[in-house]
Amino acid sequence: MQVPAPFEYQRAGSVDEAIALLARSGGDARLVAGGHSLLPMMKLRLARPETLVDINGLSDLEYVKVDGDEIAIGAMTRHVGVLESAVLAEHYRIFAEAERVIADPLVRNRGTVGGSLCQADPSEDLSAVFAALKGRAVIRSASGTRSVDLRAFHLGPYETVVGDAEIVVEVRVPIRPHTGSAYEKVERRAGDWSVAAAGAFVQLRGDTIDDVGIGMTAVGAAHFTCEEAEDSLRGGPVSPEAIDEAARICGQRCNPSADQRGPVDYKRHLVSVLVARALTRSVARARGEAA
Amino acid sequence: MTTTDMPAAPSSDTVPRSPAGNPLGFGHMLRKEDARFVRGQGHYVDDVRLPGMLHGAILRSSYAHARVVSIDTSAAEAHPKVKAVITGKILETLNLAWMPTLSGDVTAVLATDKVRFHGQEVAFVVAEDEYSARDALELIEVEYEPLPAVVDATHALDPDAPIIRDDLEGRTDNKIYDWEAGDEAACDEAFAKADVVVAEDLVYPRVHPAPMETCGAVAHMDKVTGKLTIWTTTQAPHAHRTVYALVAGLPEHKIQVISPDIGGGFGNKVGIYPGYVLAIVGSIVTGAPVKWMEDRSENLMSTSFARDYHMHGEIAATKDGKILALRVRVLADHGAFNGVAQPTKFPAGFFHIFTGSYDYPAAHCKVTAVYTNKALGGVAYACSFRITEAVYLVERMVNCLAFELKQDPAELRMKNLLRPEQFPYMSPTGWEYDSGDYPRALREAMRIAGYEELRREQASRRAAAAQPGADPTAPLMGIGLSFFTEGVGAGPRKHMDILGLGMADGCELRIHPTGKAQLRLSVQTQGQGHETTFAQIVSHVIGLPPEDIEVIHGDTDNTPFGLGTYGSRSTPVSGAAAAVAAQRIKDKARVIAAAALECSVDDLEWEHGRWFVRGDPTQGKTIAELAMIAHGSLELPEGVEGHLDASVVYNPPNLTYPFGAYICVVDVDPQTGQVKVRRFIAVDDCGPRINPMIVEGQIHGGLADGIGMALMEVIAFDRDGNNLGGSFMDYLLPTSMECPSWELGQTVTPSPHHPIGVKGVGESATVGSPPAVVNAVLDALQVRSADMPFTPAMTWRALEGRPMRPDLAIE
Ligand SMILES: Cc1cc2nc3c(=O)[nH]c(=O)nc-3n(C[C@H](O)[C@H](O)[C@H](O)COP(=O)(O)OP(=O)(O)OC[C@H]3O[C@@H](n4cnc5c(N)ncnc54)[C@H](O)[C@@H]3O)c2cc1C
Repeated sequence: MQVPAPFEYQRAGSVDEAIALLARSGGDARLVAGGHSLLPMMKLRLARPETLVDINGLSDLEYVKVDGDEIAIGAMTRHVGVLESAVLAEHYRIFAEAERVIADPLVRNRGTVGGSLCQADPSEDLSAVFAALKGRAVIRSASGTRSVDLRAFHLGPYETVVGDAEIVVEVRVPIRPHTGSAYEKVERRAGDWSVAAAGAFVQLRGDTIDDVGIGMTAVGAAHFTCEEAEDSLRGGPVSPEAIDEAARICGQRCNPSADQRGPVDYKRHLVSVLVARALTRSVARARGEAA
Repeated sequence: MTTTDMPAAPSSDTVPRSPAGNPLGFGHMLRKEDARFVRGQGHYVDDVRLPGMLHGAILRSSYAHARVVSIDTSAAEAHPKVKAVITGKILETLNLAWMPTLSGDVTAVLATDKVRFHGQEVAFVVAEDEYSARDALELIEVEYEPLPAVVDATHALDPDAPIIRDDLEGRTDNKIYDWEAGDEAACDEAFAKADVVVAEDLVYPRVHPAPMETCGAVAHMDKVTGKLTIWTTTQAPHAHRTVYALVAGLPEHKIQVISPDIGGGFGNKVGIYPGYVLAIVGSIVTGAPVKWMEDRSENLMSTSFARDYHMHGEIAATKDGKILALRVRVLADHGAFNGVAQPTKFPAGFFHIFTGSYDYPAAHCKVTAVYTNKALGGVAYACSFRITEAVYLVERMVNCLAFELKQDPAELRMKNLLRPEQFPYMSPTGWEYDSGDYPRALREAMRIAGYEELRREQASRRAAAAQPGADPTAPLMGIGLSFFTEGVGAGPRKHMDILGLGMADGCELRIHPTGKAQLRLSVQTQGQGHETTFAQIVSHVIGLPPEDIEVIHGDTDNTPFGLGTYGSRSTPVSGAAAAVAAQRIKDKARVIAAAALECSVDDLEWEHGRWFVRGDPTQGKTIAELAMIAHGSLELPEGVEGHLDASVVYNPPNLTYPFGAYICVVDVDPQTGQVKVRRFIAVDDCGPRINPMIVEGQIHGGLADGIGMALMEVIAFDRDGNNLGGSFMDYLLPTSMECPSWELGQTVTPSPHHPIGVKGVGESATVGSPPAVVNAVLDALQVRSADMPFTPAMTWRALEGRPMRPDLAIE
């Protein structure tokens, strides 16, 4: 049996209490949400917090709703809640498509949106989704609330802008009309982390790409995206050539490392394939041509 | 005493049923053991909790090859909950630092001089609970002096390769042995006459059996009685008992090995691991029972791996595709110690059955085994003592030949398969195949698959893909075949032993006065359903309901000696023992019936579990009635003892040879390299099927194994010798999502020498399915050569004509 190093356990009854508990322990406490990233790391003794602050009681952070011209997703929303959300299905198909291939039902029943983003695993699927959609995270601390663009949220692998005594309470995504979105992932086996994955949204005005977002994961893309590829598409007409060119740029600009999931040449190639597929399907959806 | 004939295997729908609705003999019935498993009431080693029990944990090497300079255990010993810290130095004083392997080598229990693989056992902590034991591991300080590691087996014999086994006197290289089989001269001659010669390099990479339950033990040395009781994850409790007696010098009558419910073995639980020995030592040192259970990473990194064969095959044929000869060179990576579990006279296992299912006169193989800085093992994962590697080799070579000759691989196989009239067939490397009708099995598989139609679909898809403007994402369709011949049920004791212990199995059958029976077996189920299958075997012979026959196994104090369950040997060997024991009961019951009915034994006839007077069926006695009489006061004939018991040791005259024809259909995404198995057709012939449901379950599991090995399972090592498959995030097992709905078929060719004709099926599908999947993927890619596993990256690189080696880190 793999067992963690000794730790203290505290259960937070409110966001304020969670923040207070974090503040009291200096940098040695960690929030535990679904625990599906943190607990394995503790059992392997790669993480050894002195105190765990359990926020599973904060059910007020578990929601998906339309709020003004944005969709607001509470940080404690489980993967399964995202997968099954009617609101998200209506506006962004990318969510369900990504969630369907995140881990397995056991993990999805517990793992949370906040935990996924804060874990900052370089292969996290939701990081690519939120990067594509240009969402923002709402972060609370004892001194107040701030909001951070998700493309500025991750500082590197396993590193975010969230401070020691801060908690992500919500993630927000703008609602965009005439938009289609899609997610494409290649894994070695059901439930495996991505070899590479790409997501996109495309917003159309007639045949012109009004706005576009591209997200990628597991391939070392800066901030899980590629703005150069987005710029190449934005404002131009939709065409297979333009999509291929953007996909090619993504393959070139990302920075994958070789591992047992594949060599670098394959991963670059795969990024291009998946970005092209995600963009193509997003366009079809934006046009109402595809389900 | 006269011996009656063993009943012929009936077809299951004509078998009468017991009051509980179970077949009185062969046929579908629910597994008796599942009543406890589906309720979560199984009892595994980790469920054993004894008063005062302590917990052990092992410190493992983080280097693949390093000198152990010093080990400081003082801080660990100072931990308030630690009871003992054991190192190799301490074991040396007990003469236990090294132990013999099952292949005549030695292996370290705890490292003394050097560590030789990543994950090797270095120290053992015994503490009050498992948390403290693991905490204390972090307090042990080991100073290592890193050494260059031998990672790539193909360089193990380079002149400048570091010597791994400098503990063995006079070692100047990393070679373990050279071994050959077959007739080299005859083979050369056949090659000289051939129109076509195709050569191919094949890697069967290192994989792991990965049973759901990891390995472990609870050892309890009772200081007062001097008795050692060890509950342990073993597929071979009796063999383990004898080995403990030999290794530790413990008196064998004072050792009880108990193998409770076992959560999968697949060969992983045949050997004796350092952890078991350490639990025993821990109990001796502390005077308390000690539990040691490894975690998942420890299981994957340090216990018996499988395969790791680097093969070079050459096949010779006429230009119309008649095979003439097969020549093979193997480089076998055995890891740091030669710990292969196989019969002594077979250093490469049964690999030299590689001529497969085909009719050709000449074959030769040469196997060179080497040490590398990796964990030991080699025979595991349902491999039938390396028939897995043999079948993979020949089935890939036949496909390569078909590829070069541009012949349909089914047609080429049909042309070369052994004919029914050739059985019993003596293979060019000395195996006597007992029975078979191979063309019938292949035809049946092709019929179920709709083979011609599949080939037509493939042709039209390929034609469409060649059109201008064709969809570049259209899947590439591939069809792959394999035909396998297994050799199981080891084995005849004059040829086969493990550590000098002949591979015959004991069995005891006792019919209680009220007609309820107990059957004691030496083999040990790990999920195969022995408690049901063996009850059905006895029921088949004497007609008692299977629910009235209790199967007792897994406890050396309560069962007769035998070598255990692996190599698909349980039904071929112990199943025969059970049938013979039941037959003896039946024969004895006849004599008792004659006495009771006051007639001659020759006047008695047998039907449905009852002896009756010929011509007067009302005058008869059932086995249950005869059991009561046997225990009663009736005067028995001269020389007939009372009671109704039998005890048998079965020494198989030959192996049994199950076989089968498999067809796999895949679709490959040409852009991403993802492989989807669309269909899998498996026609198996394992002789009569005792419980068809259990047989199908064994086949389903083996086919999933095959998909796993072909598409994802591999343990690779990086340049420093770090194991890259040490968790289920890295070592992938297939799920239901990767498996199609299996399409099974069967033919039935009984074994002529087995008492009830059955052949064993536990490993057939694991042995037979990988080449079918690989042949299908390569057929889809229209590429001749590449090694499994076909992960998306490996497949894409194969399609690009730049295949990668699966055994090394991807860089
Ligand atoms: C077998 C398996 C397979 C997986 N496969 C995939 C996959 O294919 N794709 C994928 O994307 N993910 C995968 N995951 C990860 C899964 O999505 C996790 O659930 C997720 O990464 C973390 O969410 P959690 O709620 O469990 O976080 P936890 O493990 O509880 O926490 C993770 C980190 O985030 C911090 N944290 C949590 N919540 C907050 C918050 N509100 N504010 C600030 N910090 C917070 C914690 O302190 C911790 O450092 C897999 C996990 C497993 C176990």
